[in-house]
Amino acid sequence: MLEATDLRVEFPGRGGRRARAVDGVNLSVGAGEIVALVGESGCGKTTLARTLLGLERPTSGRIAYDGTPLSYSGRALRAFRRQVQLVLQDPMGSLNPRHTVYEAVAEGPRIHGLPDEETVVSSALARAGLRPPERFFQRFPHELSGGQRQRVVIAGALALDPKVLIADEPVASLDASVRGEILSLLLRLRDDLGLSALVVTHDLGLAWNIADRVAVMYLGRIVESGPTEEVLKNPQHPYTQALLSVLPESPERIVLTGEPPDPTRIPAGCRFHPRCQLVAAGNGKPECSTQPLQILPAGTDSQVACYLATT
Amino acid sequence: MLELDELSVTYRLDSADVPAVRGVSLELAAGEALGLAGESGSGKSSVALALLRLLPRSAVVGGRVMLDGEDVLAMKWGRLRAVRWSSASIVFQGAQHGLNPVQRIGDQIAEPLLVHRQASGTDAAARVRELLAQVGLPAWRARSYPHELSGGQRQRVMIAMALACGPQLIIADEPTTALDLMVQAQVLTLIRQLIADHGISLLMISHDLSVLADVCDRLAVMYAGRLVEVGPSSEEFRHPYSQALAAAFPTVGDPASRLAPRGLAGDPPDPQQLPGGCAFHPRCPVALDSCATSDVQLRASGTDRTAACVLVGE
Ligand SMILES: Nc1ncnc2c1ncn2[C@@H]1O[C@H](COP(=O)(O)OP(=O)(O)OP(=O)(O)O)[C@@H](O)[C@H]1O
Ligand SMILES: Nc1ncnc2c1ncn2[C@@H]1O[C@H](COP(=O)(O)OP(=O)(O)OP(=O)(O)O)[C@@H](O)[C@H]1O
Ligand code: SF4
Ligand code: SF4
Ligand SMILES: [Mg+2]
Ligand SMILES: [Mg+2]
Repeated sequence: MLEATDLRVEFPGRGGRRARAVDGVNLSVGAGEIVALVGESGCGKTTLARTLLGLERPTSGRIAYDGTPLSYSGRALRAFRRQVQLVLQDPMGSLNPRHTVYEAVAEGPRIHGLPDEETVVSSALARAGLRPPERFFQRFPHELSGGQRQRVVIAGALALDPKVLIADEPVASLDASVRGEILSLLLRLRDDLGLSALVVTHDLGLAWNIADRVAVMYLGRIVESGPTEEVLKNPQHPYTQALLSVLPESPERIVLTGEPPDPTRIPAGCRFHPRCQLVAAGNGKPECSTQPLQILPAGTDSQVACYLATT
Repeated sequence: MLELDELSVTYRLDSADVPAVRGVSLELAAGEALGLAGESGSGKSSVALALLRLLPRSAVVGGRVMLDGEDVLAMKWGRLRAVRWSSASIVFQGAQHGLNPVQRIGDQIAEPLLVHRQASGTDAAARVRELLAQVGLPAWRARSYPHELSGGQRQRVMIAMALACGPQLIIADEPTTALDLMVQAQVLTLIRQLIADHGISLLMISHDLSVLADVCDRLAVMYAGRLVEVGPSSEEFRHPYSQALAAAFPTVGDPASRLAPRGLAGDPPDPQQLPGGCAFHPRCPVALDSCATSDVQLRASGTDRTAACVLVGE
């Protein structure tokens, strides 16, 4: 459905330092598949999501939708965005403070000239859990709670009946009850309409709740991916193991040492080696700090980028 | 330190009034960390904003807010401004978007220090480095502009700004929602340390009970503008709503929650049309017939706990 091949996105940095936010990624989202992209803050998740949508131009590599490479002409992009919708990380940033809820949700349908605007808007709001929808039509973003705003953004994306949804932390600002509702909604849209979704998150519980597949990103690269049960119950990469160890239900916390990762200074060898707990414990291999690892392919089976992993 | 007495907040809209907070009474001692939980729209942010009189004009505030013995709602503007930078600071929900897009973040963190003459130029620069390190950002990030940071990095900048002037009370509204678990654990450790080392008081707002329980001594749960339960974070909740809230976060590896996200049945209450009786009754899994008509006030349930439910007694 949506596929990225050897994707790289760099930003010019201060004093000639370039930030390699996405540094070689292969990723595919199949029809009717929900993929969770997890990883710590700043590892490049949002940049990857924006690039998949054509909002950011890749430095190299390519994106294909249904086998056709993404073209950056205005017209092609418009058609593409009818099919592939984005739900942004921060509801405040993506809502115009001077537009009412109705106008915000009606914007997409208007651009694409959908008939029956009011029905489209009210059904989208209701599906996103804002019920009864009429109650919210004339409200402005500042007159809503944080979670209500996020649901308006989701309604805006649903209004176009997209084929693929790219959701960046879609429920981070939502409480437990609405969170469950929105995640059930995503599952239902997948089951009923065959919607595909890439859900960007740092919430492993969310991945467990809805994803078929999980891809773990570290410093611009995917370091482990595979079916959710395998990645989350039997993680192979030391970074994934550390990530899971911070969960409250985990018996033991793995504390990573070393500087927080910095995309302007990606370490040689395995990019995780300065913080790798196996290396710190003296169990690393010489190639950890010298030999770069291969970029993982976009397959659906389990894959790990680590010299010590067995699979 | 902080005392709320029957605090209420009503938003006046053209069409109608929205009673967002309906009589909240709470106390927060010096050096104590209190967590405020509740679903979206229950009024948590409205409480936080009311504490420092940061609500929009359309909001009518009732009740009393005492901060260190002073009545905040009656304070003169000059005094209020002094309080806002010296004794209490707030990390707003979604405030990362409030960062000035054309100013380097180091300068934004240093600004209050310079304006209030807490530090000279070089001292301020050193303090900025220290604050950035506390929130896990390298010193060179001081020269970055907001758009060059990820969402979580911007949120950490906001926390650094709140810490800049060494406040006695920190009000943190969803301070870690955009942070991944590792950074979250790091920020929460930092917050715990500040409480322990400097006797800072904390009012932390989140919808994630496990985050609150990690940092706070006591937890308060809000529903439809009121508190429904207050008690020590080390004990199990007893109110049906608090229990539902706690159950909604899945355990990774638990087959029961695999491809089955759990929420709370029913619609969140409309503050303009609150149900009679216990406001939670239309969604309560264990409601009695009487719940539809008789409203239950907060009452003692055990030594340190209060709850508002007929089924939760002594
Ligand atoms: N426009 C930009 N210019 C320079 N650097 C940037 C820019 N946008 C992002 N970056 C850097 O690229 C890296 C990846 O950022 P990105 O927003 O993709 O992270 P993320 O994984 O979404 O993090 P979070 O979970 O905190 O939202 C970060 O280190 C960030 O500072
Ligand atoms: N400026 C405003 N004008 C009108 N209504 C408002 C305004 N601000 C908030 N409200 C309403 O007041 C209620 C409480 O909002 P508040 O922001 O306090 O909720 P919250 O508990 O912080 O929710 P969240 O977890 O989603 O942030 C909501 O129903 C909201 O729609
Ligand atoms: S390759 Fe070496 S440094 Fe990298 S994760 Fe594996 S053991 Fe750690
Ligand atoms: S008072 Fe009744 S409706 Fe309200 S929480 Fe208790 S049992 Fe449920
Ligand atoms: Mg992001
Ligand atoms: Mg709020």
